[in-house]
Amino acid sequence: MEYVANKDIIAKRIARIFKSGDVVNLGIGLPTLVGNYVPEDVTLILQSENGMLGLGPAPAKGEENWDLTNAGSSPVTIRPGGCYFDSATSFGIIRGGHVDYTVLGVLEVDQEGNLANYKIPGKMVPGMGGAMDLTAGSRVVIAATLHFEPSGASRLKRRCTLPLTAVRQVNLVVTDLGLFEVMGDRFFLREYFEHYTPEWIKARTDVEIIIPNDCRAATFT
Amino acid sequence: MIQKPVISATEAAAKVRDGDVLMVGGFISCGSPQTIIQALKDKGTKNMTLICNDTAAHDLKTGKITGVGHLVAGRQFKKIIASHIGLNQETQRQLNAGETDVVLVPQGTLAERVRAGGVGLGGVLTPTGLGTEVEHGKQVITVGDRLFLLELPLKADVAIIKAKKADRAGNLVYAATARNFNPLMAMAASLVIAEAEEIVEVGDIDPNEVHTPSIFVDFLVKAERLEW
Repeated sequence: MEYVANKDIIAKRIARIFKSGDVVNLGIGLPTLVGNYVPEDVTLILQSENGMLGLGPAPAKGEENWDLTNAGSSPVTIRPGGCYFDSATSFGIIRGGHVDYTVLGVLEVDQEGNLANYKIPGKMVPGMGGAMDLTAGSRVVIAATLHFEPSGASRLKRRCTLPLTAVRQVNLVVTDLGLFEVMGDRFFLREYFEHYTPEWIKARTDVEIIIPNDCRAATFT
Repeated sequence: MIQKPVISATEAAAKVRDGDVLMVGGFISCGSPQTIIQALKDKGTKNMTLICNDTAAHDLKTGKITGVGHLVAGRQFKKIIASHIGLNQETQRQLNAGETDVVLVPQGTLAERVRAGGVGLGGVLTPTGLGTEVEHGKQVITVGDRLFLLELPLKADVAIIKAKKADRAGNLVYAATARNFNPLMAMAASLVIAEAEEIVEVGDIDPNEVHTPSIFVDFLVKAERLEW
């Protein structure tokens, strides 16, 4: 069986987690893709930490308003009923527990629910931006990541080695192989995707993985 | 109502001294006072401490720089306090080379520290950053059964901020997500200079619509440069 990196499958699976009315913050990069796959009958309230509820899709070319951007500084739109606020209110929403789900990118995530995604000392230091507040305050923290690094190493670790963004705050990890729940210092494989099997995943991921009896296959169109 | 002086960007830049702590509004240049930033670059003010959400963008390959990134490129800061420098490779280079003291602060903590500085609080207790490098050197305080970090207020000598509209009294209205840190910084500095796209007469802004009350603003500058 051959591994082919697939970001869309991660976004598709995460998009199925939500129900109408959920307040969701999608990180920049891979997490942003999730917005493309939310089912039509589900209406989310997307929070953007630079100061908006009701984040809408990108505007048509030529219709950009440079006073209206997402947290990655790309032009966006606002949905009817949306609103703007300052950064203190924005992080009051986030830290105060008013965001249901936050979806973040990953450098490393471990079986204790620790997440590292803001710094490789001496090499790459983008900074944490809003990620530490989002993981500290959101009801459910979802880590979204390709299962393997380009080197072939798993991004799921026994213990993160990079500086931590979040300590014991990750609830779900969705990779292009499956959906994992973090519980009691272990990963529970809840679903495996497409042609991968729990055994194949377990053999290539050096972490404590429990395969519960109700672990199921998930397919995507 | 007392009217605030409308000054040029050059006059605004002259009010910032070498070594000042400078707050700059904006979020990756959205809502940044670009006209005053350009004047500060032209003046070459040195050894400042920057407090800003981020250092905008600087691509070392293409040489493309935006917003406050121009001041970073001019080596005008000895210290930078920000939440994100990911789009500015020059800031990361200066950090890694030990040329500039760069302090990374979680964005929500940065917002609250600036707010605390402006509203007379001795600090804020936040769970953000517990157990991470952010905790180093900070007091951990237990309230009930929860742990919090004590984060101290931030103040500045000068804040330069950006509004969509100002009246001559200094009341400000921001546009969309260009609001971000601007209203917080307006409260946290000894001297506040607001750059506005439109400056109208006293009474021309509905008091219900005001985001930043006039008393926080000392000087107004007409925005001439919206993107940089």
